[in-house]
Amino acid sequence: MAETPLVELNDISIAFGGVQAVDHVSVDLYPGEVVGLLGHNGAGKSTLIKCLSGAYRMDSGEIRINGEPAEINNPRDARAYNIETIYQTLALADNLDAASNLFLGRELTTMTGLVDDGAMESETRKVMGRLNPYFQKFSSPVSALSGGQRQSVAIARAVYFNARILIMDEPTAALGPQETRMVADLIQELKKQNLGIFLIDHDVHQVKELCDRAAVMKNGKLVGVVKVDDVTTDDLLGMIIAGKTPEGVAA
Amino acid sequence: MTDTASKDADTDLPQARKRGLVASLELDMRLLGMIGAFIVIAVVFNILTGGRFLTPRNVFNLTIQTVSVAIMATGMVFVIVTRHIDLSVGSLLATTSAVMAMLQTEWLLQIFGFSLGHPALPWLAILGGLVAGTVIGAFNGYLIGYLTIPAFIVTLGGLLIWRNVAWYTTNGQTIGPLNETYQMFGGISGTLGTTWSWTFAVVASVAALYALWSARRTKQGHGFPVKPLWAEGAVGAIAVGAIMGFIWLLNSYEVPQRVLERDFEARGEVLPEGYTAAYGLPISVLLLILVALVMTIVARRTRLGRYIFATGGNPDAAELSGINTRLLTVKIFAIMGFLCALSAVVASARLSFHSNDIGTLDELRVIAAAVIGGTALSGGIGTIYGAILGALIMQSLQSGMAMVGVDAPFQNIVVGAVLILAVLIDIIYRKRTGDT
Repeated sequence: MAETPLVELNDISIAFGGVQAVDHVSVDLYPGEVVGLLGHNGAGKSTLIKCLSGAYRMDSGEIRINGEPAEINNPRDARAYNIETIYQTLALADNLDAASNLFLGRELTTMTGLVDDGAMESETRKVMGRLNPYFQKFSSPVSALSGGQRQSVAIARAVYFNARILIMDEPTAALGPQETRMVADLIQELKKQNLGIFLIDHDVHQVKELCDRAAVMKNGKLVGVVKVDDVTTDDLLGMIIAGKTPEGVAA
Repeated sequence: MTDTASKDADTDLPQARKRGLVASLELDMRLLGMIGAFIVIAVVFNILTGGRFLTPRNVFNLTIQTVSVAIMATGMVFVIVTRHIDLSVGSLLATTSAVMAMLQTEWLLQIFGFSLGHPALPWLAILGGLVAGTVIGAFNGYLIGYLTIPAFIVTLGGLLIWRNVAWYTTNGQTIGPLNETYQMFGGISGTLGTTWSWTFAVVASVAALYALWSARRTKQGHGFPVKPLWAEGAVGAIAVGAIMGFIWLLNSYEVPQRVLERDFEARGEVLPEGYTAAYGLPISVLLLILVALVMTIVARRTRLGRYIFATGGNPDAAELSGINTRLLTVKIFAIMGFLCALSAVVASARLSFHSNDIGTLDELRVIAAAVIGGTALSGGIGTIYGAILGALIMQSLQSGMAMVGVDAPFQNIVVGAVLILAVLIDIIYRKRTGDT
């Protein structure tokens, strides 16, 4: 691949107290590519990605977006680079309705500067109609929605605002089979639109199915980055558990 | 999953559902409950006092007694919705009241060489008080938002600090009488009179109907379902009826003959035979209505309000959505401080002087009003009208019991019990309806 990577995470480190949560890790992501981040709980994959989404500030290292060094200190900075995150713990305000959540932080306003609930609900109906035609609960707070419906609100938010870099932290953890299928289709659709996607997941089968490459972490260190087509699920499991990269498959 | 999805689709299709009367009117059940509780209290006290509770005179007094706490309660809604608390509002009221009293009786006279009675005095004093309240509130917000000291601690400290800053400012003296123009914000010394009260009623009715109509038009413009026209008309009729009824009641409170005589004498005139006048809408109540209106618009129709409720519902989600929750905290407490100062104008103007103990225990009344009004301490839920109704319910209980002759300790015991009961009812209601 000769083109410039969409995202380069170079030599990222972050420590909490005495614990080195992320230890000199480098990963990159190209447009139209899905990179899976695998590892045990506490391997540091969520922490690493939160440096990109602006939720944490890294201690050392460098982030490049389109080859340019990027300064990401908070979630607002990340949004300015068109980075959208779908969190494992859904980042929705339970007491607000779908439209308010979708536009949270970027409300549409009327000429007088007041929030335009009608326009936001109308836009929400349009985007949800594409993503999840069954969705009808536009006036209820999202606490009244099922896990899949909530996830579709979170994904709709990323889609609506033309994310170029999408971070999905276990997007299907709370979903049933049908809704998982829906998310998988959506990921394929987003790939076609040339988005780059980081997918954090526990499930090696899912990563093999959805991702182009997989980066495996263990104890805060990067075990290796492999093309998923070059390895078996057993190889991936070996990397997660034993921290060993199979011979000759490093991508 | 398919099942739930299709079931959701069913139940939410507006045409597919038989709608009851209340559902068609789309009234807020919690609002109805509170109005119901208020009506029960009013009727019971009216019977117990032999009809003295619902006289125009008592309703007039009740409204002006409620204003000060109600104004602060609207700000407390924002504070509690974002999972904070403000225990310093009573003390902040005292400090801003002291500042305004000193400004109009001493400081402004010394600085600008104004004489007492200068027309700019009350306005500059009020301006000074509002600035002081806003700055102190913003400072509280800075300690809470940026230095991450819990709001409970910052405002518990503030309770002591500002109470005694007030004391130090005035050397503990009672300062009065306050400027006459200033006293017009207190209630009985400043009312609109019959004509202007009716004018207000008409303007308010038209505004209410316009708001309903424009909301309906917006919904139709986006192709959303709207309620039937008769239901819309019924809601409009109720709103107009309530406004007209309230003004009619206030306009029925006539100024006593001896007060009129005194007023005419002061102007060197003689009271004409058969002349009567009514008080009408107090300026302080008008002030509360304006505060309620502005705060409701802030809560529902501005980004600030949206962020306040989002932060209360899920602080992490709000932060991750790019909301600057620290600055938001500063803004919320600045609003609270501003409203404390506004309440201080009403409270000290009603007394006609600043006293050292003004606003004592107001923090508890304000918090209780917000909570009785349905504001959840767990955050994310609360309404401005609820807080005002909460304040009105508490004041009704207190003054009703005083009229019936309930002993002072029992009055406070009852108010305390009602606070706990109101929250219990709210919890049960939310469990039943699955409403969070």
